[in-house]
Amino acid sequence: MRHTMTFATRLTAAAAGLALALAGCGGSSTSPGGGATTTPAGVSLPDLTGQKLEVAAVWTGAEQAGIAAVLDAFSAKTHATVKYTATGDDIATVLGTRIKGGQPPDVAFLPQPGLLNELASDGSLKPVDADVAAAVDANYAPIWKTLGTVKGTLYGVWFKAANKSTVWYRTAAFDQAGVQPPASWDDLLKGAQTIADSGTTPVSVGGADGWTLTDWFENVYLRSAGPAKYDQLAKHQIPWTDASVKTALGVLAQLWGKKGLVVPGALQTDFPTSVTQVFSASPKGAIVFEGDFVAGVIASETKAKVGTDANFFDFPSVNGSPASVVGGGDVATALKSSPGAQALLRFLASPEAATIWAKRGGYTSVNKNVDLAAYPDDTSRKIAKALVGSGDAFRFDMSDLAPAGFGGTPGGGEWKILQDFLANPTNVDGTATKLEAAASAVKFPT
Amino acid sequence: MSVPDDVMTVTPPGPPAGPGGGPDGARSGSGRPSWLTAGFLAPALALLAVLVVYPIFYTVWRSLRDADGHFAGLRNYGAMFTSDATLTAIKNNAIWLLVAPTVVTALGLVFAVLTERVRWATAFKLVVFMPMAISSLAAGIIFTLVYTDDPDRGLANAALVGVHGVFSPSAGYSGARPRDPSLLADAPGGGLRTARTYQPGETAALALVGVRAADLPNGAADAVAATPAAGTLAGTVWFDFVRGGGGRPGVIDPGEKGLPKVVVQAVSGGTGSGGPGGGSVVATVRTDDRGAFAFTGLAPGSYSLQLPASNFAEPFTGFTWLGPTLVTWAIIGAYVWMWSGFAMVLIAAGLSAIPREALEAARVDGGTEWQVFRKVTVPLLAPVLVVVLITLMINVMKIFDLVITLAPQSSQDDANVLALEMWRVSFGGGHDQGLGSALGVFLFVLVLPAMIFNIRRFRREAR
Repeated sequence: MRHTMTFATRLTAAAAGLALALAGCGGSSTSPGGGATTTPAGVSLPDLTGQKLEVAAVWTGAEQAGIAAVLDAFSAKTHATVKYTATGDDIATVLGTRIKGGQPPDVAFLPQPGLLNELASDGSLKPVDADVAAAVDANYAPIWKTLGTVKGTLYGVWFKAANKSTVWYRTAAFDQAGVQPPASWDDLLKGAQTIADSGTTPVSVGGADGWTLTDWFENVYLRSAGPAKYDQLAKHQIPWTDASVKTALGVLAQLWGKKGLVVPGALQTDFPTSVTQVFSASPKGAIVFEGDFVAGVIASETKAKVGTDANFFDFPSVNGSPASVVGGGDVATALKSSPGAQALLRFLASPEAATIWAKRGGYTSVNKNVDLAAYPDDTSRKIAKALVGSGDAFRFDMSDLAPAGFGGTPGGGEWKILQDFLANPTNVDGTATKLEAAASAVKFPT
Repeated sequence: MSVPDDVMTVTPPGPPAGPGGGPDGARSGSGRPSWLTAGFLAPALALLAVLVVYPIFYTVWRSLRDADGHFAGLRNYGAMFTSDATLTAIKNNAIWLLVAPTVVTALGLVFAVLTERVRWATAFKLVVFMPMAISSLAAGIIFTLVYTDDPDRGLANAALVGVHGVFSPSAGYSGARPRDPSLLADAPGGGLRTARTYQPGETAALALVGVRAADLPNGAADAVAATPAAGTLAGTVWFDFVRGGGGRPGVIDPGEKGLPKVVVQAVSGGTGSGGPGGGSVVATVRTDDRGAFAFTGLAPGSYSLQLPASNFAEPFTGFTWLGPTLVTWAIIGAYVWMWSGFAMVLIAAGLSAIPREALEAARVDGGTEWQVFRKVTVPLLAPVLVVVLITLMINVMKIFDLVITLAPQSSQDDANVLALEMWRVSFGGGHDQGLGSALGVFLFVLVLPAMIFNIRRFRREAR
């Protein structure tokens, strides 16, 4: 679903500040210049003097500056000229048009696995060469290779990832109530109850935006039903009336349905407000769940300091489930068979490339060989650690994988049904039935 | 949204513009070559054909096809009239159609008549007309702020809470609950009542939790356990929570605050909260700053203690304007704010064209102002009022931007109107442009009578 992705991008961009905004006018070129004197140890790359490469992605602002730094390093090593093109949010349309016109960029970063599947099935993508595949094997958990593979062929390198299994809390409220960040769902319920006893309504839910609710559901479902079921449900191979769905809804209802645990007016609270009402000067809540981009909202919209006033814990495990992460990511893939494109992919698959951006902040890599010390602060280090640590228990945001008619329609489909469920959390069976009806009305990709 | 074209052609009632419709009319019969006429008309006709005629026919054609473009017959129309979303939309459109134009026109009339009589009329008109200069999108966003639930941020609720607070100031421990509901349970008729009974000479400890920091008065002191005294039923009502946690439930730990000004009642003859209730209140006291209370002089016997509901009154925080029940009305409110100025300006123009003699004559004949207004002004203004009403009706039928910006996703279904539903099924995730086209055709058919009415009126006026 584009909304979350887009939103995260916008937020990071918003947090970027003026200087970077000035750079956001669509293209930044890097030429080799005079001095490629120092070549740090790392991947060995061919000399590409005189070669031109174009790279396309949705990133603007701070993220554009981040990828520019990575591409600069690539230019310095290979002497290739790299041009970056920001496509805007609708990268699928931009790439589609350029592929039809015979002028695709050499490398593109795709924000969804669905788009990778689609373009690979069209024959618009070029498979990675053996060197890139070896780099992926060496540096990534197998899940990322699977996610980059279409019909047995590896097409992509997952370069950037987002962690949507982070629960943010106001440290003062936890101290006041004497509550520790919970590791299990039961502890979360107990902690929330204690915070309620202390006089603060604990959980802030941004229910006016349906996507926050699908993220709640997905995190609970991945933990209560396990990754295998999660994959089946994402493809609608099992119905939404499955017992596992009802179990997950029941788990959610333990929190959403308990009187006094959810800040009133959740259905009229949009996502930014759900964050600011926890971290503002006169707070109304103590806990808000959403992805790592919450840090950006806290930093730009409130006076709270991420890391001291605001902190996060990993989405708690349900019934002893292992660490797992729901999230998103951007996959780099080649659209032209040029040696430069393959060399760039090999560079992107290396810890070296990821480290360059990691040091700048606002970025998380799933490359397991990136030194966590590279991240600029504890919060981003913890986010990255959770993401890499989940290993093969990482799953893509399910509603991102579903057709928009089901998983991405404001006021309709899964969004609306979960909003109704938030309004009436006792209606587990009816919700499952409605979800199944909505899912049956659209065609899921096979 | 711009002012519709037809508005610009409104002419206030009065003497016709000129004899024979002016010089253009005089020449129209002369023998121009028809090819020249056609040549001059061609560009306009071509634009009309491309931008109006073709889309209308294409929409009709598209409405007979499904999402993938295969022929579907009238299935889209069937789907349209059986879907709940469309039925809600039709219902809401009807509400809009009946309420919004009438209210806007009435308000516009009132403003127009009143501004004739006040000084600074131009300034007043300017202020009322100002919202028209704002795009609907911006107006929608402004009103999302006005309608925000939180009275600290939403203007509408802030006003309501302010007014309400004057009449019934609330100072309760809202959100407070018993630490142990088996000891202190819901009393019949609201509030809390102890499960056991006490006799004079005993002490009671009534533990509450969930007291909001803001509700705790500054004067609240640390709670102390009551000391038993003969003939006195004493006790403590306190906030059983130690900052930082770690307190023992039901026990007054150091640092736990007493709750001042809590009303405590001694009930005799009742069966406690576990039983059918009843009993009568024999004494009422309030706790002091340490949360302590004491009943002295009670007749021997057993009493249960009751904390009446007034202690826990939820503060009034206004309405959920954009919730499912009120959302359409709230949006109509925003619409009225936007369009009243428009109605006022048109009606004021009509008003200034009314022959003064008619009004003077009525007044000389002894008519009261109200009679003059009803029997003379309004009938003379009727043509303008009808134009304003019809224009607004057409406008309201197509209402979209205010609804999509104002209604939060969670109540979008309840605020649905036809134009929004058309967008939702075609582009907002549904991706069924066949069904969307069918809705478009339906909307077109609904607007048609008003259009025809307007066109016929213009014809009559031109004659």
